[in-house]
Amino acid sequence: MTRSELVFKLSSAHPHLSQKDIEKLVSTVLRQIVDALAAGDRVELRGFGAFSVKKREPRVGRNPRTGESVDVDYKHVPFFKAGKQLRERLNKAAPTKKVA
Amino acid sequence: MTTKTITRVELADAVYSEIGLSRSESAVLVEAVLEEICQALVKGDKVKISSFGTFSVRSKKERIGRNPRSGVEVPITPRRVASFKASNLIKKNINDGLSKAATKPLAVAS
Repeated sequence: MTRSELVFKLSSAHPHLSQKDIEKLVSTVLRQIVDALAAGDRVELRGFGAFSVKKREPRVGRNPRTGESVDVDYKHVPFFKAGKQLRERLNKAAPTKKVA
Repeated sequence: MTTKTITRVELADAVYSEIGLSRSESAVLVEAVLEEICQALVKGDKVKISSFGTFSVRSKKERIGRNPRSGVEVPITPRRVASFKASNLIKKNINDGLSKAATKPLAVAS
């Protein structure tokens, strides 16, 4: 599923809203998540999952092609942990084939 | 820097002020977005959202785990797990945001 398919599905489920509003809805939700992470905050959505930022210490890496060593700077990586309910739903039933 | 936790409430508030729907409908719609993503994942689909990232489902085979306290070996059943790979754009946003915060001087010592 892509972003536009997500917008399409939401639009058909909420026909009283314009597609523009649905697009705004999706981008607002995503932007809030990114902004929170960029401010160093966590985003916890019960049942869905939690987004957080993890720190990676600086290290000496290697160019795998040349074997040269390079300094890899300290950095932050976004991290997602699936919520309990999502984990359970993923494992409850065998995946059903999508009916096109 | 104190760490806040953002929840559905903040997301619904943002939708409320951006789109101008009622608060209750904003909350319903935020939930609908999350639910669509969950449903796609449960079906085994990938959810690829440009300039945000990709949610995917990976199947894990059975493997032997160990109770770290007692050392007893137990089989870990095969399972499906959801994973998320952030897009380069949000990785950049996060690193830019946080390196700015890190270089900001702390309270001036007197």
